[in-house]
Formats: sequence, structure tokens, C-alpha cells
Amino acid sequence: MEQAIDQRPPENRGALGPILQIDKLTARFGGLAALNAVGFELGAGEIRAVIGPNGAGKSTFFNCITGVLRPTAGRIVFNGEDITGLPSDRISQKGIARSYQITNIMPNVTALENVRIAAQSRRHGWNFIRHRDSFVDLTEKAESALESVGLLSKAYEFAVNLSHGEQRNLEIGIALATEPKLLCLDEPTAGMSAGETHETASLVRRIAKNLTILIVEHDMQLVMQLASRITVFNYGSVLADGTPAEIQQNPRVQEVYLKT
Amino acid sequence: MDFLSSIPWQLLLIQTVNGVVTGMILALVASGLTLIFGIMDVVNFAHGELFMLGAYFGVIVVAATGNFWVGLVVAAAMVALLGAALQILTLRPLIGRDPLNTILVTFGISLILQNYALWQFGTVVRKVSEPIESYFTLFYLQYPWYRIFVAGLAAAIIGGLYVILKYSKFGVWIRATTQDRTMAQAMGIPVPLVYTGVFALGAGMAAASGVLFAPLGGVAPTMGLDWVLKAFIVVVVGGMGNLGGSIVAAILISLLEAYASIWVSPSQAVIVSFVALILTLLFKPTGLFGTTVTR
Amino acid sequence: MSALATSATPLVQVEGLHTFYGKSHILHGVSLTVGRGEVVGLLGRNGVGKSTTLKSIVGLVKAAQGQVLFEGRSVTSVPPHKLAQIGIAYVPEDRRIFRLLTVMENLRVGFDRPGVTDTRKRELLDKVFAYFPVLADRRNQAGGTLSGGEQQMLAIARAMMLEPKIILLDEPTEGLMPRMVSQIRQIIDALHRDGVAILLVEQNVPLTLETSQRIYILEKGMVRHHCASSEIHVDHDVIKQYLGV
Repeated sequence: MEQAIDQRPPENRGALGPILQIDKLTARFGGLAALNAVGFELGAGEIRAVIGPNGAGKSTFFNCITGVLRPTAGRIVFNGEDITGLPSDRISQKGIARSYQITNIMPNVTALENVRIAAQSRRHGWNFIRHRDSFVDLTEKAESALESVGLLSKAYEFAVNLSHGEQRNLEIGIALATEPKLLCLDEPTAGMSAGETHETASLVRRIAKNLTILIVEHDMQLVMQLASRITVFNYGSVLADGTPAEIQQNPRVQEVYLKT
Repeated sequence: MDFLSSIPWQLLLIQTVNGVVTGMILALVASGLTLIFGIMDVVNFAHGELFMLGAYFGVIVVAATGNFWVGLVVAAAMVALLGAALQILTLRPLIGRDPLNTILVTFGISLILQNYALWQFGTVVRKVSEPIESYFTLFYLQYPWYRIFVAGLAAAIIGGLYVILKYSKFGVWIRATTQDRTMAQAMGIPVPLVYTGVFALGAGMAAASGVLFAPLGGVAPTMGLDWVLKAFIVVVVGGMGNLGGSIVAAILISLLEAYASIWVSPSQAVIVSFVALILTLLFKPTGLFGTTVTR
Repeated sequence: MSALATSATPLVQVEGLHTFYGKSHILHGVSLTVGRGEVVGLLGRNGVGKSTTLKSIVGLVKAAQGQVLFEGRSVTSVPPHKLAQIGIAYVPEDRRIFRLLTVMENLRVGFDRPGVTDTRKRELLDKVFAYFPVLADRRNQAGGTLSGGEQQMLAIARAMMLEPKIILLDEPTEGLMPRMVSQIRQIIDALHRDGVAILLVEQNVPLTLETSQRIYILEKGMVRHHCASSEIHVDHDVIKQYLGV
């Protein structure tokens, strides 16, 4: 299933208009502001990396967007709709999918089944009696998602038997099966070898053709290669925002990372 | 005026004394249980059998030496050693695993010990005579001094436990291990030894309660069942791992049962304990004095 | 063991360490050494395995492959509490002092070891209170009531009570104000003068380069660079590549 290759240069990919607009997003825990009036705009079709030192607020940011956390103040607008404070299942229905830092797959079920269950979430029906294999279109969607993440050959393997890298990619496949418009990836290459990281990078580039991707990562090489734009967080605020080249040349960003 | 005179004041006061006495024995049993749970995360279903074995060993030593106090100390020491051995053999290998494993193990041990006692001692209820035989007059009753003494001694043992926890080196080790097992190890505290010591201590306390209770109710292989059930209720109501909480809860529940048995039969009065349990779980699940502890 | 071998034998040797968290392969064969009395820095971004390396040395995480040697002897399967007793102290990221114990009780845990005389205990306390006067003022306060910086000092003081030959320090300056950061620098220098070896995990590059004699740079669970601190500076390409952006 070859997709048309997007010929636009990476930095112009966001030109279709913002898919996500965030205004004065604040998250307080007790007296501590993990996020402090953050403003953020994400263009459709971008691959945006979110980086920053420990405790900068990246996870909190992700959690607010994906409905895991209810922000204290501010607005999150997705595709023109205000989704601030909605719970994560509703956010998933609106088209935002997420993969997690600690692998969240169902180990005792096959790879295909993992993904098919996710695909099924998009359909609602009252027929509890139909056999799970009778949903032909769901199986096709699941197989297509597995193919996108390079796991079609392992469709009938139990998820627990997959290698770590394959499990992490399965997690991306599960997110893809919900046919999202925005895919949020939380440290997708954590615990992977250099080889596995490389494969995941190709995977992300492949699936990015039809999606907008928001990715939190610590692997700087990966980020520089993959991202069309980078947002740097520090102490709960956005420190810098720009193309990989701009960020690399930004002295304030270097200072924050090296603690100079 | 008629209403006031219909309240059985004397009976209430007598039951208050009874309730406190039973409550203190229950508190002693429950303290061991909450200690083991609070520090080691082990739900010790064999606690009632340690109580029962303590009573039996006490009977044997008293019969051999003629001295109740020697029986109390030796029985407690023997069961403490037994507890240590059980912990090392069956619970130490399970440290860090799913708590369900320890529940199954202690439940299994309880069955083994019950049946051992049945086989070894038979079903005939053994009797031990009270070491203190004098009475005092409480209203229209001759109330045994021994009962008052038991309450006092139980309080003293629990007090001793508190002092150990708060001031001794072992107490600091226990408190450090409870708060952060990983860092306790990193600071050189021999955590496996601490766990064995705590289990032995809890077992010894259960055994002591058994010996103290023996003259009041007789000794039989199934005597632990009622006590361990109430002890669990006390631990939940008082707050798991909370020593002060179990004492208050034990006395509270025993008092309520004692008052209830003025109007209904004792076997029905037990319902009071379960009502207390249900109310606690509904409104304050962490227990009256419970706090959530992070591991 | 001949005298020559003893003087050349590093205090701590880590060889080919592979560590997993479940299936997540965190350390891909880490090797490093720390000499007697040396301060060695371990640098790297988040998630590269710096903390895991320390935890593997101290036995809080089981290594799947490789070994750890202390004074030439293998200690890979020695339980953590024994390692503390033979001279390896660990100060974790986020301090993890015993919050419900008082400052004194936190310190006591460190010297309630077999073979420590009462005189020695008093000497250790005096020494630690000289390093950290603020802890003397707060000795009967519960650990949880101390500020972040004070907790960090308590965590280091507690480790010092073990009279260790080496302290594994995990990101001691994280979350601390600049004033406290320079205090930590002074403490590391003082410990070094006292002959205590330190394996310092940090993201603060200037601090690490100033206080250590040698540094290792970790990336994706492997050592990527190793040199003397004098051979490198903050603007060096290697630093930018593995630590910067």
C-alpha cells in the first residue's frame, strides 16, 4: 500500500493550518506549577519533537493533551474543537492517540488481536454475540496497522514473545489502529538498541505521511533527524521553538542542557 | 425517671470491665498482626494458630514446671523461634513477589498447624488454672483479679513494643525498612534479618496472648479461629500497620460486643464487629487512624 | 596479591554490564573504573542509563551479564546491605532520606554497624555536623520537614556515616538553587581531600568537569567517550554531541 511521497520540505509541512492550538495551559500540583501558561501551536502534517531537561513539564504537557490529566487553567483546541479537560477515552474518539513510556500492550494475546481490539474501539455496537473473527473490516484495518509498523509477519505471535523493540512498535501500531489524526509518542525508543532505534525512526517517517506526530524523546540524534520542528521546554514553559537547525544554534538551549 | 432506672447500670459497668479485658488481649493479638502487615506486607493467616500453639506450649510447660510465668515466657519464646523458622523457610523466598503468594502460604501453614495440634493434642479442651486466684467484689459479682492482671500485662507488653520501636536500634531499623526498603538496604540494614525478627516478634506476641487467655477459655486446636478473625477486623478498622489504631479499635470493638451481649446472646453480639468493619470500609477504608504509606 | 597489584588495582571495576528492566535493554555493556580516592564523573542525557549503572553496582538492580569488582574481588552477587557494610555508599537521585525518621535517626542508621565504638560514633557525628552545620540545628526534626537542599545534605551525611571507601552520587545538584550547587561542589572537594572516592552522575557539565579527575560519557547504555577532565571543556564537540542539543 504505497502512499504518495510528500514532496514538500519538512519545515513547510505544517502549512495546512494548525491541528492543535494551546493557549495559556497551566497545571498546578499543590504550589508547584508543572506547566506555566504554555502557548503552543501544531500544524497538521508536522513531526514535532518536544524536548527539555528532567522535570521541564513534557510529560505533564502530554498528559493534558491526551486527557490523562485535567489542566488547572488554559485551553486546548484540536481541529477547531475545545477538548480541554475531556477524559482520555473521549479524546481518543476525537482522534488523538498515544503510546506510553512503559509498554502497555496485552501480553497474552496475539499482536493482531492487540491491534484489532484497538480498531474495534472506533465502532460501537450492541451485538455481543458475533464472533470476533467475523468483523472482516476490522481485521483488515488491524493488518494494515501491523504492516505500517513492520509487524505483519508476527501477527499471530503472542505479544509477550516479541522482542522489546517489536513490543514498542506494536504499541505504535495499537495507537495507529484507532485511525488518529494526531499521534502522541512518549519516548518510543526508550530501552532500544541503536539498531532498533534506527528502525523505529524509519517507521515514524513512514507513518508520518498521513498523520501529525508529536513526540517526546531524549535521543537527540533521533530528534534531529526526524523532527520537522522542535519545541524546547524548561521549568514548565516553552524556552524555544524552531527548526532543528535553529534549535541547535540557540545558545540558551545549549545552556539549559549543559547547565552552564 | 423510669427510663433511667431501666438502664442496667451495674451490668454496663461490669461489661465495660469485661470489654476492656477482652479488648486488651485482642489488642495484643492484633498488634502482632498489624506489625507483620505494616512492616513486611504479609497478611498472616497463621496468626491464630500461633496463638493456639502458644496456649498449648504454655499448658505443657506449666504442667511440667508448675509455674505459670515460666510457661508464659517459654511458650512465647518457642513460638517466636517457630515463627522465625517459618519465615526463613517459606516467606523469605517470596519477598518482593505478588502478595497473593504470601496469603496462600500463611493460609497453608495455618491448616498444617491446626491439624498438627488436632493430631498431637486431640479435641479435648485443656484447662490451665489461673496463677492469681483471688477475687474482688464488683457490685454483685466476685470478679477475678487475674482478668485485671491480664489486661495490665497485655498493655505492658504492647508498651514494651512501642518503646522498642521508638528508641532501640532494632526499632530504627524496623522503621527505616518500613519506609523505604531499598534505601534501608543501601544503608547497610540487613533487611532479611529485620523481616525475620519482626515475624518472630509478632508470633511471640500472639503466643503470649494465647497463654494469657488459656485460663479464661480453655485450650483447643480451633481456639485461634475466632481470635484471628476479630484480629483482622481490628487491624482493618484501626488502620493497617497502625499500632495505636489497633489498640483503640480492639477495645472499641470488644466494648461494643460486650454491651451488645447484655441484650442478645454472645454469638449474636459478634455481629457488632462485622458492622463496625463494614462501616469503616464504607466511610474510611484506610481505617480510623490509617494513613496511606508509599513504598 | 602483591603490593604492586594492590596499588594498581582500581577500587571499583565495572566490566561489560548488561542490565534490563523487564525487556527494556538499558545497559549495553558498560565498563568503567574508579581508582582509590578518585572523583570520576559519569555524564549523559536523561534515560541513557546513568542511574541504572549506579544501581547495578550497588546491587539494587540485578545485572543480566557482566561483573562488578570491588578492590579486585567480585561483588556482583553480594546483597546491597553487605556492600554498604564493606564500604560502598549510595546516594540516589531524589535523595530518599527516611522522611518519618529524625535527622539523628537517619544518621544513626549509618553508624549502627558492628565494630563501631562509641568514641568513633561521636567523632563521625562531629565530622558530619562540621560539614553540615544546618543538620546539627535540625537534628531532632523529621527528615520530611527539611528543604530540598537540606535533604540532599542529609543524604550525603548519612552516606558518610558508613565511612565508605566510595560514594555513588546520583545527580546531587538536580533541582537545587545555584547557591546550593556551589555548596555541593565544596562538599565533593572536601570528600575528595578526605580520600573518599566518588562516582558522580551528573547532567551539570561545568560542575562535573571541575570536581572530577576523569569523566565517562554514556549514550544509549554504552560508554561513548572517556578522558581526563583536563583534556576537555564545556564547548568541546564531544560534549555538545552527547550532552547538548
